[in-house]
Amino acid sequence: MPNLKDLKNRIESVKSTRKITKAMQMVAAAKLRRAQESAEASRPYAARFNAVMAGLAASVGGSDSAPKLLRGTGSDDVHLLVVMTAERGLCGGFNSNIAKLARAKAYELKAKGKTVKILTVGKKGRDALKRDYGELFVGHIDLSEVKRLGYSNAQDIAKDVLSRFDGAEFDVATIFYAKFVNVVTQIPTAQQIIPASFEDTEGDDSGAVFDYEPSEEAILADLLPKGVATAIFSALLENGASEQGARMSAMDNATRNAGDMIDKLTIQYNRSRQAVITNELIEIISGAEAL
Amino acid sequence: MANTMQFDLVSPERSLASLEASAVQIPGADGDMTAMPDHAPTITTLRPGLLKVEAPEGSSEYLVTGGFAQINGDGLSVLAEKAIPVAEVTRSHLDDLIAEARASHEVAKASDDQSIVDDAAKLLADMEALGTHMSL
Repeated sequence: MPNLKDLKNRIESVKSTRKITKAMQMVAAAKLRRAQESAEASRPYAARFNAVMAGLAASVGGSDSAPKLLRGTGSDDVHLLVVMTAERGLCGGFNSNIAKLARAKAYELKAKGKTVKILTVGKKGRDALKRDYGELFVGHIDLSEVKRLGYSNAQDIAKDVLSRFDGAEFDVATIFYAKFVNVVTQIPTAQQIIPASFEDTEGDDSGAVFDYEPSEEAILADLLPKGVATAIFSALLENGASEQGARMSAMDNATRNAGDMIDKLTIQYNRSRQAVITNELIEIISGAEAL
Repeated sequence: MANTMQFDLVSPERSLASLEASAVQIPGADGDMTAMPDHAPTITTLRPGLLKVEAPEGSSEYLVTGGFAQINGDGLSVLAEKAIPVAEVTRSHLDDLIAEARASHEVAKASDDQSIVDDAAKLLADMEALGTHMSL
């Protein structure tokens, strides 16, 4: 049985751990609200963008003159997996879930004999995939210095991806991120961004026939790279909200566990204290009786 | 005939304006155009420039770069990669834009296609003129 002093120290240390996890939980909650707000603010843009692109893609997509970003390169031998994770840990299964999905996809593609390349965004995903697929890494984008995610961060990633596409380094690009549902649920998601597919989420303009200025093809060629950036930006924001949500629930659990542990240790401490007192009394009484 | 139409200006990061406007001047890729209520449905890409909105409550101006405008029966949506109300534009914003235009001009000069070089040169000139216009 551990002595009283040890138990007391143990209780103190668990108490300070609980303070830290509690503080992290509150910070995550505040950040989550901000992340959700910016995710919400970006939604109208993405929705309209996709609606217009869906219309454009439908009218131009079938022809052979369609841009490569929409039509694809004609083969699907080389896949680029863009794995977007957090820069920090202590957020439950958030990073490992995304990494798991990416690993499964990489395994599946390799089994089919395709070439896989991996571009990581965020340190944690890189660490998680390094052991199995380290030799497939083609690049890494570091967001650890970024305080507040902006569209320009997404543009930088898109630029990187597009320049690789122009350099014929891959045929198909897929992004991996976690979709935010609520604080306890984040769904790791894979979304193909090149060749692009657009879902018309608004679906109200189907009747209108538009004049295009300059031409449909020129607009499409101009907007497709922006579509990549937009998709990446939405994914980054979803990821940001998911990360904070995951961290919040992970830290909530940790705080609760620390509380339970303190209760248990306190009971143990009190019992040992009582045992010590009883012991002393017995010694005194038996000493007195012996006289 | 309606005197106003719904006007929305959104950037990826936020929605900047959503109001009833009577006329909006758009810096289209092929030249400026003004959209008024009952304009034919049109989609045009934007070049960097000023977007002027006239509404019954007063007019406002935004500096927009990259993106497109969609005019349909009930209104006009402008989706710009970057949009800043003119009142908030500072010299440094403009310097960034000019630097960007200059960089693309340099890139264009390296290529053989004369039309790209001209486009980039025009963009650069546009940007500088914009600075003068806003007296920054």
